[in-house]
Amino acid sequence: MPQFDTATFLPQLFWLTVTFACLFVVVWRYALPRMSEVMVARQRHIDSDLEKASGLRQEAEAVLADYEKALAQARSQAAEAVKQASDEMAAESARRHEAFGKKLSATAREAEGRITSAKEEALAHVSAVAGEVATAAATKLIGTRLPAEQVESAVKAAMRSRD
Amino acid sequence: MAAEQHNPLTQFEIKALVPIQFGQLDFSFTNSALFMVIAVTLATAFLTIGTRRGSLVPGRWQSMAEISYEFVAGMIRDNVGQEGRKYFPFIFTLFMFVLFGNLLGMLPYSFTYTSHIIVTFALAAFVFVGVTVIGFMKHGLPFLKFLMPTGVPIYMAPLIVPIEILSYFTRPVSLALRLFANMTAGHTMLKVFAGFVATLGVLGVVPLALVAALTGLEFIIAFLQAYVFTILTCVYLNDALHMH
Repeated sequence: MPQFDTATFLPQLFWLTVTFACLFVVVWRYALPRMSEVMVARQRHIDSDLEKASGLRQEAEAVLADYEKALAQARSQAAEAVKQASDEMAAESARRHEAFGKKLSATAREAEGRITSAKEEALAHVSAVAGEVATAAATKLIGTRLPAEQVESAVKAAMRSRD
Repeated sequence: MAAEQHNPLTQFEIKALVPIQFGQLDFSFTNSALFMVIAVTLATAFLTIGTRRGSLVPGRWQSMAEISYEFVAGMIRDNVGQEGRKYFPFIFTLFMFVLFGNLLGMLPYSFTYTSHIIVTFALAAFVFVGVTVIGFMKHGLPFLKFLMPTGVPIYMAPLIVPIEILSYFTRPVSLALRLFANMTAGHTMLKVFAGFVATLGVLGVVPLALVAALTGLEFIIAFLQAYVFTILTCVYLNDALHMH
């Protein structure tokens, strides 16, 4: 086998050393630093883009939050206005209701007073009429005119016992 | 003459292209040296073209160069860890040198310098010596404890220590032999089967198909052996840095 021809060892070793050393220098001094530089730059670019994207996202979120805050504020203002208006309306309605109630009760009281006085008047007339009727009836029955005070008190007693 | 050319081992012969002599010493520029130069030139071109523009979005060549970078960097990261970063240039060079040597050998009429035991052994020995030196530099004499795994009872030492010494010194041998044997066997086999193609006449299609299939296999082996050589280097380096 040509591989075991020791005479070829030295030139192979010599050129192996030379060529390997050349490649090593290229790789060590040029290729790897260049490649890692490019890859680091790429990674940095990606990172900065991601950072930018997250910044924009935060900004958008802030805008959204502001919008929602404004919306909520407007909503609460509207609700307050509605509440105020409805309160005013309720107060007005209550006031009118009360006034009307007062007026109504005054009218009712007046009517009641009138009814009471009419009733009392009627009742007074009733006892007088009853006395007169009793006197007339007694005169017709027994022929004597009864004294007015006696008749009056008897009518009163009778009416009282009827009550 | 004809028989000579059909000898499957002829392809491994070293021929001096430019004889260079320093006294008794022979530094001739041989076919092996020529292919080493070609491999280094191609590897340099591959890495230079790939990184020349250094664009943000890599093109084809840049992508390939970056894949090889990530591949070797990943091997070191997984097998050695952070401390391995220092040795990245050497390990990357080793991978490229072996890979390009193996792949160049797949070209017809080319020469596979990794099929020579002296080349693979020189690389393996360099790795072995380097890793041992790194081990002693990092741990000092306690690096010898590497030969006595922790947890082994002391009375086992007379048995374990010689075995560990043997296994430690077998590393460069197996590393060198694996690459050399794979390359030599593969190329010899291809040549043998290729020889049958002409002699069998019409039936030669069978070995021809086999050669075609084997060529594909050899491409895989060319890559795989470069990978194995590199990853074992990483494993040995890890042992030296972290002691098991």
